[in-house]
Amino acid sequence: MIVAEQKPLEEIKAMLNGAHKVLVVGCGTCVTVCFAGGAREAAILAASLRMATRLDGDPKEVSDVTVQRQCEWEYLDAIRDRIGEVDAVLSLGCGVGVQALAERFPEARVLPGLNTLFMGLPLEPGVWAERCAGCGDCILDETFGICPIARCAKQLLNGPCGGVQIVDGRARCELSQETDCAWALIVERAMRAGQLEKLLQIRAPKNWATARDGGQRKVVREDLRLPVHRTDDGRETTGDVSALP
Amino acid sequence: MVEEVFEPEIVAFCCHYCAYGAADLAGNLRIQYPANVKIVRLPCTGKLDVLLVLEALEAGADGVMVAGCLEGDCHFREGNLNAKRRVAYARHLLQQIGLEAERVEMFTLSSAMGRQFAEAATEMTERIRTLGPSPLKSGNGFSREEVKDDRRRTETAGRD
Repeated sequence: MIVAEQKPLEEIKAMLNGAHKVLVVGCGTCVTVCFAGGAREAAILAASLRMATRLDGDPKEVSDVTVQRQCEWEYLDAIRDRIGEVDAVLSLGCGVGVQALAERFPEARVLPGLNTLFMGLPLEPGVWAERCAGCGDCILDETFGICPIARCAKQLLNGPCGGVQIVDGRARCELSQETDCAWALIVERAMRAGQLEKLLQIRAPKNWATARDGGQRKVVREDLRLPVHRTDDGRETTGDVSALP
Repeated sequence: MVEEVFEPEIVAFCCHYCAYGAADLAGNLRIQYPANVKIVRLPCTGKLDVLLVLEALEAGADGVMVAGCLEGDCHFREGNLNAKRRVAYARHLLQQIGLEAERVEMFTLSSAMGRQFAEAATEMTERIRTLGPSPLKSGNGFSREEVKDDRRRTETAGRD
């Protein structure tokens, strides 16, 4: 899931400067399960903002609504009327949700209420850790299911660096004694599988063009695309031909 | 001229298995506790949501007390410990909002502790009396009715 955390209330209040009516928009997917921007968090933030701005002597009208997924147009269209009623929209979605709202409602002042952090998983209730960097060229088959791109600070491909520290019998990263050395984990798993020799193979430098270094990425699946039609007024639209007027 | 005494309004979220019984026992034993404390019964303080605390304060409560079982004695094993962490989080939110964290407090007691419930209610009432009325009550905001309207506007759109 995408893991995020809420910005400090002071920062959010500063962002909302000049807006009287505010709509907090939660998202029912990733940020709900990491307790950063679901319906509950949206209601808590809306109540906090109402109270905080009253105490500041500039009471704002803050309401909240949560959509199932902020990153899909269909769910955003359901709250179009609510967006039109307010001076500012405070998104509690990830960065994708914020941009989807801004793109779908060009006239709206859309602001981010969260800092989007990483793709990861909950290790235990209340603790999340990064697991995938979205590099676009997965090598987990070669690294025994442990990603050195997301989990090694140096993104090394051929074994650990010299900074490994042994703390309480475990190999830890030199940047943080709480972080396992990803390469130590890979070696441990290779040994358990009796395939340590596989790690002797030298991996060539990674082609980062598939990662963000290649610029903004896009996936196109022709088999899933709908035919494009031109309407009488010149707009392009996709959809069922028979449904066109 | 008679000086008007500030009478705080305090919402007490009480666990059915302990504090609620303790309040009942206090009544049976004819132990008086301040009428400022208004009790809301929860099946367990583990049911407490931070939002409940904020809603109480927003609607005009001067203080909120949460009363659960003694640590280690929760009927549902650890609901009271969950509540304890949530109360700590609510106090952190209060500070961000600009309210005194002391307006929210957690107490633990058993259903046999009627006197201690009365003492906790008195302690909380005196604490809030010292702090003074909630600054949210002073004029420049919304009325309670408007707050209720806002809450009705909390909804989930476009669910599958």
